[in-house]
Amino acid sequence: MPNYHIPEDYYYTKEHEWAQVDENIVTIGITEYAQDSLGEIVYVELPEEGQKVTQGQTFGVIESVKAVSDLYAPVSGTVIEVNNGLTDNPSVLNDDPVNDGWLIRIEMDSEKELANLMRAPDYKKLIQG
Amino acid sequence: MLKKTPLAAEHEKLGARMVDFAGWWMPVQYKGLREEHDNVRHHVGLFDVSHMGEVRVKGPKALETLQWLTTNDVAKLQDGEAQYSLLPNERGGLVDDIIVYCLKRDADYLVCVNASNKDKDFAWMVRNNKGADISDESDQWGQIAVQGPKALALCDRVFGFKVSEMKPFHIHSGEFQGHKIMVATTGYTGEKGCEVFVQAAGTVALWTELLRQGADLGVMAIGLGARDTLRTEMKYSLYGHEIDDGTNPYEAGLGWVIKAQAKDFLGKAPILQVKEAGLKRKLVGFKMLDKGIPRQGYSLFSFDNQEIGKVTSGTHSPSLDAPIGIAYVNSELAKDGTELLVDIRGRKVKAQICPTPFWNRSGS
Repeated sequence: MPNYHIPEDYYYTKEHEWAQVDENIVTIGITEYAQDSLGEIVYVELPEEGQKVTQGQTFGVIESVKAVSDLYAPVSGTVIEVNNGLTDNPSVLNDDPVNDGWLIRIEMDSEKELANLMRAPDYKKLIQG
Repeated sequence: MLKKTPLAAEHEKLGARMVDFAGWWMPVQYKGLREEHDNVRHHVGLFDVSHMGEVRVKGPKALETLQWLTTNDVAKLQDGEAQYSLLPNERGGLVDDIIVYCLKRDADYLVCVNASNKDKDFAWMVRNNKGADISDESDQWGQIAVQGPKALALCDRVFGFKVSEMKPFHIHSGEFQGHKIMVATTGYTGEKGCEVFVQAAGTVALWTELLRQGADLGVMAIGLGARDTLRTEMKYSLYGHEIDDGTNPYEAGLGWVIKAQAKDFLGKAPILQVKEAGLKRKLVGFKMLDKGIPRQGYSLFSFDNQEIGKVTSGTHSPSLDAPIGIAYVNSELAKDGTELLVDIRGRKVKAQICPTPFWNRSGS
């Protein structure tokens, strides 16, 4: 098991997205485990500002050379910012998925949904199987 | 239960990510798909292809049987020569694509078949046998593909005879550390190189020696992921993608291995019938004009919104650093330069039929 960087203050989904919560603004990305499993990421399809995303539903797609993977929203809300740089430079998702490789920022509908997410220790257990 | 090749433990030692491939526990990648892909294009790579099946066809009826079972002209093969060929079914579809190696003309042939089709192929060959001695030798052989611009130099060092002086599609028997080997100048990457059959017990020793003696040539173990991108860049067919039991070989662009003038064979009439009626669809390569990566199963549309085809394989080409696709397209549109639309998850994006192979050494 490689030594994945799993920030303690993030929330996690079982589909390997992370959510960093700053009051009602949530930044969303994929974990190091996800990028490592996918291999070289070559294409990213993200929603546009103003679009709604729903907890547990797909909001975009990332593709590695080998495979297509859906992205699942950790919480519901409205997209307020998109990391458009990823479209031209998707390899950032391999290099630094938990910081520079963030995907979207949303305004969260309800912080109650956070209760459905994992914290770092549980997420570590999940990927260590 | 998953089957393991003799090299499974070696792959795990090298840190490979292992997956279930057609019932085999196989390495999909070691260091990274792109790095492995590029290493084959620029240096040399080793592939464990021990999962491939080997069917031996021997005896006085061997030639007659293979002539009936396959589409290419086996009578053309002299000792030590090989040919790409097809196993058609009685409806004119394809049971598999294969390589036939002539070990001894009229008497002894080796047929290399796809791992996923091996049991089906063997049963099919036995059922339609014309009196040959047909045996499944798959468990007896390991197989390592050595591919890339430095592959033949590496093989010259390891095998003690000049593999570099062998012509393409030839096979030469020898020995490696007391194990019987057969070195065949064939491959699935578009690079120079060979595929080496080795007695199963010698597979690990051969693999280890190729890695050791190839260190200064930049040798690297290559997983199934790069094997697929390498073959897709050459537009080589993969069973289950470009061809299957309903594929007419002319539609698949494999008419060059149909020797209908030379002989009769199983499925000949229905294969020719499709050709004579005029091919409805053809296999083409295409590149993307808009963003997006085509994948198997995606539909193709004309600009007036008619469905005109289906993608059989698609990926991001590491050599071109661009998406590429292979697809069946209605014949009247299957011309270089034709623009069309690919339905990528509900979004229709522009693509253009282009010449293939997608990649060649002199630059695209």
